[in-house]
Amino acid sequence: MSESKTQKKPKRARIAIDEHFCKGCGLCVDNCPQHIISISGTVATSGYYPAQCPDPENKCTGCTLCARICPDVAIEVFKAKKVDGGAH
Amino acid sequence: MNTEAQEMERIFERPRALRSATTHYCPGCGHGITHRLVAEVIDELGIRETIVGVAPVGCSVLMYNYFDIDMFEASHGRAPAIATGFKRARPDLPVFTYQGDGDLAAIGIAETIHAAARGEKFTTIFINNATYGMTGGQMAPTTLVGQKTATSPTGRNCETAGYPIKVCEMLATLDAPSYIARVSVSSAKHVLKAKQAISKAFQLQLKGFPYTFVEVLSPCPTDWHMTPQEAVEWLEENMFPQYPLGEVKAPKEGV
Repeated sequence: MSESKTQKKPKRARIAIDEHFCKGCGLCVDNCPQHIISISGTVATSGYYPAQCPDPENKCTGCTLCARICPDVAIEVFKAKKVDGGAH
Repeated sequence: MNTEAQEMERIFERPRALRSATTHYCPGCGHGITHRLVAEVIDELGIRETIVGVAPVGCSVLMYNYFDIDMFEASHGRAPAIATGFKRARPDLPVFTYQGDGDLAAIGIAETIHAAARGEKFTTIFINNATYGMTGGQMAPTTLVGQKTATSPTGRNCETAGYPIKVCEMLATLDAPSYIARVSVSSAKHVLKAKQAISKAFQLQLKGFPYTFVEVLSPCPTDWHMTPQEAVEWLEENMFPQYPLGEVKAPKEGV
């Protein structure tokens, strides 16, 4: 297969969506420049279909636009620390 | 769990001034975004321990449950009167009111105009969603001409119901207000600008400038009978021409 050609980038950033707060409005889906957020097909305990961001291709850049449009403060954004020199 | 080699640091989280509470707002409501922006500005200015908020009557009537600051619930439309009392009794404390268009532009328009005309030194955050949200989507003073609501089922008729009030432009005719701006929370780009305006309003208040006012155009998907996506599109197509964004009045020196 062509796995080696499309070698995955290391994960630069990720988001964490709190299903307890998410009401599935989908504004994050529209505002994500990488188009990696979608609405889950599974109902959360809140009764809504929450947003999800599996991001298997590590496309998330940590731009925080999804979190800034979220009306329910359900999204936290994490970014990889810049490592100089590698080892601790 | 994913054991990534690189360590991740949290770069965006719930502001300290917001409690960890689920809001009662509908999915896609602009109130939640504006709450977070106000809370972020409060955190950034380090005024969480001192600031006093005045909650309105309307959809955001329960906002004191969501903010981790001192708050007072005003009767309908009277938030500027309460805020005036707070600010005059304790001029050292930052004070803000947070009001919707039914509260500020309808029943409370007299309080608003006179507080602005007196140049009271507090900040007002005005949520304009062109409808009465809490009571079920009736026609508001800010409802657009032709917009269908529960009490204008064929669209707002300017023959009988007149024209929408542009609160920013109206208050800008007064001499006393120092900062008047209109922003939107319809997209991430506009949210960033909205935060700048709210931050500027609070900073001016802290410097002693009189009456600062930020109008926030906010989607109301439930009462507009739209999905959240349709609501933000409708807002940008229909409300932007009627309510142009930007600073209507700002001090010459700047912040």
